[in-house]
Amino acid sequence: MKAGIRISGFGGQGIILSGVIVGKAAVFDGLNAVQTQSYGPEARGGSTRSEVVVSDEEIDYPKVESASVSLIMSQEAFYKYASRTKREGLIIYDPELIPDNKIEGNFKLAEINATRIASELGTKIVANIVMLGAFNEVCSLISKDSMIESIKDSIPKMLDLNLNAFETGMKKVNIIK
Amino acid sequence: MTNDVIRLLGKKDLFIQGDEAAVYGALIADCRFFAGYPITPATEVAEGMAIWMPRLGGVYVQMEDEIASIAAVIGASCTGVKSMTSTSGPGFSLMQECIGYACMAEIPCVIVNVQRGGPSTGQPTEAAQGDVMQAMWGTHGDHQLIALAPKSVQETLDLTIESFNLSEDYRVPVILLLDAEIGHMREKVVLPEVTTVKVDERVPATIGPDKYRPYRTGFTRPSKVPEFAPFGSGYRTYVTGLTHDKRGFPVTTSAEVHEELVRRLIEKVQDDIDDIWYHETSFLEDAEIIVVSYGTTSRPAVSAVKMARKNGIKVGHIRLITIWPFHYEKMREYLKNAHTVIVPEMNLGQMFHPIRETVGKDTKVVSAPKIGGAIHTPYEILKFIEGDVK
Repeated sequence: MKAGIRISGFGGQGIILSGVIVGKAAVFDGLNAVQTQSYGPEARGGSTRSEVVVSDEEIDYPKVESASVSLIMSQEAFYKYASRTKREGLIIYDPELIPDNKIEGNFKLAEINATRIASELGTKIVANIVMLGAFNEVCSLISKDSMIESIKDSIPKMLDLNLNAFETGMKKVNIIK
Repeated sequence: MTNDVIRLLGKKDLFIQGDEAAVYGALIADCRFFAGYPITPATEVAEGMAIWMPRLGGVYVQMEDEIASIAAVIGASCTGVKSMTSTSGPGFSLMQECIGYACMAEIPCVIVNVQRGGPSTGQPTEAAQGDVMQAMWGTHGDHQLIALAPKSVQETLDLTIESFNLSEDYRVPVILLLDAEIGHMREKVVLPEVTTVKVDERVPATIGPDKYRPYRTGFTRPSKVPEFAPFGSGYRTYVTGLTHDKRGFPVTTSAEVHEELVRRLIEKVQDDIDDIWYHETSFLEDAEIIVVSYGTTSRPAVSAVKMARKNGIKVGHIRLITIWPFHYEKMREYLKNAHTVIVPEMNLGQMFHPIRETVGKDTKVVSAPKIGGAIHTPYEILKFIEGDVK
C-alpha cells in the first residue's frame, strides 16, 4: 500500500500543519510517512502545498507525483493541482473559496464549506481541521483514533475547538460523485 | 548524560523534521554549546538548541553573524565542551576562515549546513546540493576535514551523533550536509536505545602538566591525533592558526615544521579512511551502469535503479554517506567494471569531478544535474540510465 496526499492553498491556512497531522497520524497507525512542503518567503498569502506519502513499506522517493487524495483550499491551487490527482483519486475542496470548480476526468469529488463552518464554530483558522474531518469521513486511509491523537499531539491550544471542527467536518462533507 | 537525554525525549516514535533530528542527535551526543545566527532553512536547528540548551545546563548564544558564531563554537570547544553551529549557504561562506582555523588548531566542532539554492542569497526556501565542493575546499590551504550527507530524517539524527564522534576522535571540524528538503521534511524517527548508542569523547591528556605538549602525539596511544587538555584544566595549552610546533608556539618560516604539521593534519584522517568512509551499495555484482548519489538525491536514485532493474537493465547503486574524504581507491574498485557512471546531483556537477578522476578512459561519467529547488524525480534519473544502455 502506498498513497500520496497533497494539501494545497495559500499561506496562513494551516496547509503545512494539516500535512503534519496526517503524517503523524499515519505513523501512529504503524505506517511509514514522509511529509514535505513547499512555500514562498511570505508569512501569509503566497501559494503553499504540503505533501504526505504514506506506505506500509520503506518510502524512497518522498514526493507526490499524482496524488491519491487532493485537499484544496484556494482557486489558484485548484487550477494547479486538481488535475494532478490520480485516476479515480479523491478531490476534496472548499467550494466557497473555489467558485470555479468544474473538472473533467475520472475523479471522486467531495465538497466541504470548511472556511464558513470554521467561522461559525468561532474562528476560520480551524478551516484546515474541518478539511481533515471531511478527509477522514470519505477516505479510510488513516484511522479516526490516530487522526484525533495526532491533532491532540500537534495542536497544544484550543483543543476542544479543533476536535469540534474535526467532527463537524466529518458530518458536513458532501460527496458529489 | 546521554541516557538522561534519551529518557527526557521520550520513547515513542517521533514525527519530526530533519532540522529537529539534528538537534536531538546533538543532545544525545552531549553537545552543550551552540552559537549561531538564524537562516532559512536551518533556523529550526537554532530554535531547537535555544529551547534545549538551557534545560540541560548548556549554553545557547545567538551571535551577531556567522563569523562570530563559528568563532564562539571553537572557543567553547577549547574548554572541552562539545559544540555545534548550524547555517545555510551564505552563512557557510562566512564561516570558511574559521573552519580552517579549527582544522589548523585541531578543535573539534560540528557544523550543520542545511543547503539552499545559491550563489549568494539565492533561493532561501529551496533545496540544493551546491556546497559539496565548498564543504571540503571552502577554506584555504591544505587540510582534511570530514563531511557526511544523510538521506533521511532518521539518518540525520544518527549521523549528527556520528559527526560529534568523528569530530572528537580526530579533532577536526565535521560538516553535516543537509539540504532544505531533508531539513524541513518530516519522517518517523526512532530514538537510539540507551544501551547501544555510542558517544565518543576526546582522548584526554594523561601525562603530567609539566610534560604535556599540546600538539605532541602518541602519549598514551599510537595515533596522529594529539591528546586534549581543555583550557582551565591546569594544563598549559596554546592555540594558534599560525603554523606551530608541538608546544603550540608559532614557527612560521620553517618548511620542516610546516610540512610535518600539515601532513599530520591530513594523515590523521586519511590513515583511517577505511573506517570512516561510510557508504552503501546495491546491485553492483553484474552492474554495467552504476549510479553514484549522496544525500536526498539518493532517494529518487534508489527508485530509479529499482525501476531500471525491473526493466532488465544491469544497473547498480552506490550511496556515499561520508562524502569527504573521498575514497579514490575503493571507488576505483567498485567502478572498474562499469561502462557508465551516472551522478545525479542538485548542482551542475560537483561530486561528478572526483568520480571522473577515479575512473579510466573506458568509463564514461555522466553528470545528471538538477537545480532550481525540486529534487530529481525517479523518472528523470531513469531516463539517464536508459539513455546509456548499450
